[in-house]
Amino acid sequence: MKEVKIETKDLTLHYGAKMALNSVSVQIPEKQVTAFIGPSGCGKSTFLRTLNRMNDLIPNVHISGEVLIDGLNIYEKRIDVVNLRKKIGMVFQKSNPFAKSVFDNIAYGPRINGIHNTKKLHEIVETALHRAAIWDEVKDRLNDSALALSGGQQQRLCIARSLAVEPEIILMDEPASALDPISTGKIEELIFELKKNYTIVIVTHNMQQAARISDFTAFFYMGELIEFGKTRKLFTAPEIKQTEDYITGRFG
Amino acid sequence: MKQKRQIGGGLLVGLSGFSVILILAIMIGILTVIILGGRERISWEFLTSFPENGMMEGGIFPAIIGTALLVILMSMAAVPFGVITAIYLAEYAGEKSVIAQTIRFAVRTLATVPSIIFGLFGLGFFIRFVGAGMDQVFLSGNLKWAQPNLLWASMTMALLTLPVVIVSVEEAIRTVPQELREASLALGATRWQTVKRVVIPGSLSGILTGTILAVSRGAGEVAPILFTGAAYYLANLPGSLSDQFMNLGYHIYILSTQSANVDQTLPIQYATTMVLLLLTFILNLTAVVIRSRFRRGIR
Repeated sequence: MKEVKIETKDLTLHYGAKMALNSVSVQIPEKQVTAFIGPSGCGKSTFLRTLNRMNDLIPNVHISGEVLIDGLNIYEKRIDVVNLRKKIGMVFQKSNPFAKSVFDNIAYGPRINGIHNTKKLHEIVETALHRAAIWDEVKDRLNDSALALSGGQQQRLCIARSLAVEPEIILMDEPASALDPISTGKIEELIFELKKNYTIVIVTHNMQQAARISDFTAFFYMGELIEFGKTRKLFTAPEIKQTEDYITGRFG
Repeated sequence: MKQKRQIGGGLLVGLSGFSVILILAIMIGILTVIILGGRERISWEFLTSFPENGMMEGGIFPAIIGTALLVILMSMAAVPFGVITAIYLAEYAGEKSVIAQTIRFAVRTLATVPSIIFGLFGLGFFIRFVGAGMDQVFLSGNLKWAQPNLLWASMTMALLTLPVVIVSVEEAIRTVPQELREASLALGATRWQTVKRVVIPGSLSGILTGTILAVSRGAGEVAPILFTGAAYYLANLPGSLSDQFMNLGYHIYILSTQSANVDQTLPIQYATTMVLLLLTFILNLTAVVIRSRFRRGIR
């Protein structure tokens, strides 16, 4: 196993009185793709959002336990959430480009970090679009509205946007669930490329997708982490009955 | 059973059709009366000259200018405060925050206060308290600010429109999808950067239309300025904030109740009403145009 990038220890999360995550402990390896699978409402998205503290935005969330990134607990008081989120990119289920041009979407992150040099911004934008494998499609449309792109292009634009702030980790919350098969294929190829440089954590509803693209898989059920291991092993020889029932389609 | 439902549906369609026709008829009726009554009086000269001969002749120029100044000053006070408060309520205040709940309660209460009460408040607070205080402190008791004027009337009017501005701007801000805020925050933006670069640009059309509608509502109010600055007649245009001013709405009231011969001023009343309606209509139309233009731009 490679080096551990993200580790959680007894992470428990409540929405008000309702427990959404129950003592989740997991070690996510660096520069690999880790997939979270499980039925709707099992806590996999909630868990993903604890890793960049997006749950902070929701009132009445209580968290106990630890989330360590590079060995540092990100829920400690001295942690600057804004800086933390620069290190951890996020791609959402529904593509959410800003109502700005393609260029301004990608340049958004660098600009809020104080980069205003036009030449430098152009470099960053081009690199990010190349890395997200969308450069050829949009290079002549950089000044067009991002909302004019197709759904699949918008999602890859959002990936490019998160790459432009040079994160180390990319969290993806069902990034292809709203896309057609061809766009989904492109996103999957892209994820495969990106893991050379980034640690990727992806929530997916689609078990075939998890099996295709991930190196490690975590199966969640009712707020608990049931099983975690190498994807090939988890899908061929799961250790726990619940996992087997889920991946063979007996429930979920 | 099916027949019964059809009768119910037909009844509803009939009722709503009737309501639409009724409202249209009332509006057309009012406009017709006003236009028929005022069409002979209205002219370029009417718009650009002072009243003459005890309001029986002449135009309404100072009332137009006074109304415009009032609306501008009122907006300068109400819009920034309203927008900032709305941003706080929509973006910063927690759902259960005591401060936010207090502000919301205050806004709701202010919105229900009759406008004449605002006028009395303006007289008591701005003129008798703030103005008198300023005279004491700066002018060693000489009378300048402790009397009705353009500034105090504008401030009073601003208080009246403030709740409307706050409510409509907050609504506009809330239409910005949560996903866009999340996208911005996930890129490492601070809350303020998110507000400045995503939320405000995304709700600008709503903010503009909301404020324009609020302002146009204020433009037609008379009660708040009765005691705080509107004048019966002035031979000169207001030259400073401490001058009184004439106002279209107040002028209509004067013409219809205070002039030497009310019947003789009837055409002037109609024409003045036309101008006031036109003014608010133009403001509302601007709001509609802005809204539709931004909607097209978003797609």
